[in-house]
Amino acid sequence: MKEVSIPSGANLMDLYRSLAGDYPKFFKMDTLCKLGFLLAEMLVADDTDRFRQREDRAVLVFSREGSLADDIHYAHSMADFPSPALFVYTLPNIISGEIAIRNKYAGETSAYVLERYDRLLIDSIVRQAFQDPVTESAVVIWADCPSDNQWDARGWLVKKEELV
Amino acid sequence: MTEDVYIIGRGLVTPVGDTPEGVFRAVREGRSALKPYADTAETYWASRLDRSGFTGDSFFEYIALEAARKAIQEAGIDPAEAGFILSTIKGDIEHLGSRDVSLAASASNIANALGVKAKPVVVSNACISGLAAMVQGMRMLRAGLYKHVIVVGAELQSRFIVTGFQSLKALSQQPCKPFDAARDGLNPGEAAAAVVLSGQPAPWQLVAGAVRNDANHISGPSRTGEGSYNALKAVLPYVAKEDLAFVNVHGTATRYNDEMEAIALDRAGLLDVPINSLKGVFGHTMGAAGILECLVSMQALEAGIVLPTRGFKELGVSLPVKVSADERAVKGSAFIKLLSGFGGVNGAMLLRKGGEQ
Repeated sequence: MKEVSIPSGANLMDLYRSLAGDYPKFFKMDTLCKLGFLLAEMLVADDTDRFRQREDRAVLVFSREGSLADDIHYAHSMADFPSPALFVYTLPNIISGEIAIRNKYAGETSAYVLERYDRLLIDSIVRQAFQDPVTESAVVIWADCPSDNQWDARGWLVKKEELV
Repeated sequence: MTEDVYIIGRGLVTPVGDTPEGVFRAVREGRSALKPYADTAETYWASRLDRSGFTGDSFFEYIALEAARKAIQEAGIDPAEAGFILSTIKGDIEHLGSRDVSLAASASNIANALGVKAKPVVVSNACISGLAAMVQGMRMLRAGLYKHVIVVGAELQSRFIVTGFQSLKALSQQPCKPFDAARDGLNPGEAAAAVVLSGQPAPWQLVAGAVRNDANHISGPSRTGEGSYNALKAVLPYVAKEDLAFVNVHGTATRYNDEMEAIALDRAGLLDVPINSLKGVFGHTMGAAGILECLVSMQALEAGIVLPTRGFKELGVSLPVKVSADERAVKGSAFIKLLSGFGGVNGAMLLRKGGEQ
């Protein structure tokens, strides 16, 4: 199973340039979504027939703090002029949507918040997601980002045939 | 599907009533708690809970607990033997800066107060959270993890959410008008709604549920209804068309949502099935909507009717969907709940009465 991570505080712009470089929507994303986007790039870069719309791949995203970093940015803007560009990223599932849009994944996208990084609990929820008969593989992301320069970001790709 | 999943307990906290039967009566009588508010730069209409008399720290946790306790009591289960799922988008965000407002902290507090021993799981999947949380509960039962799963959805409408939707020009300055030609936006709503799901047979069964993405845009619905159609396609094989009494749609009363749903219903071959939206009664209760609207729709189907779509007068979408303007009699033992949300997510769930037979 392929597993990847992004060290806390890494330069995400450098990473973007080395992994993608051709997706301007990246620049408007909040840090949480940037992390999810980059993790997914690392995981699926070698897929054959990438970018053809598919329903058989789920995107399952987990964190503790959800969209907290962006919540704080939006709350600051509220006092002055509430920013729609910041507000949309205050939903903890937008990260899964960004990955789905980039990769044309029309399958399940779900976002979960847990008390802590708990691999057994995450594995259990991921395994249950395969009860959906359409789902053949899943991009799984743990991206916890309490602030813009501190995070725990890792991802892995699970295939149905690899489940025991 | 391997194991049948039933609803054995229900709990509600809404501005128009605190029991499924009472709320159903209120809806049938045409009541709503929608009224204008002027506490932000622009006025807007919303459906809010009464906070007078509340002196605790977190009104969010309070309403979630109230709904969950009612559901647990009706089910007659021991929470220590149950899984626990919280559905919400912004939880306790009104206290941002003054306490830990993470959804994880809220879920822990609620689970502890209920006596739940399982690790709490929060489903925060935008406006389809409640439906996605019930799908998650169904999966936990089918995986054999718990005897029962408590699923509670709750949302409060703080300045945070209201100004955000205003900034997106998504709020109406009048009572919302789902599917109507003059619809111009949604009304935020507050509520908590809970179910206890179980393998123990009961009259109502969760038959199937699915979540699908548009893969199109983070804040705009698909023009082809892609995800909503795909979610419908995933649940339709489990029901014969003549047994499908109605579809309780999302029907937020934004221009784009309602049009998108009409396209998805058309693609799914459901133009001749009655549809209704409850947003004109409760507003958009976000993390509570999936569960609340299922519980009210269950009462309607038990009475053999589809409820009116409050606020709807003249069809304003491009396809001839069968919007129920007034209450009318329906046939069939099943209905579909449909929801869509930011991040391109869509959900459909099929519920059937008489599942114990």
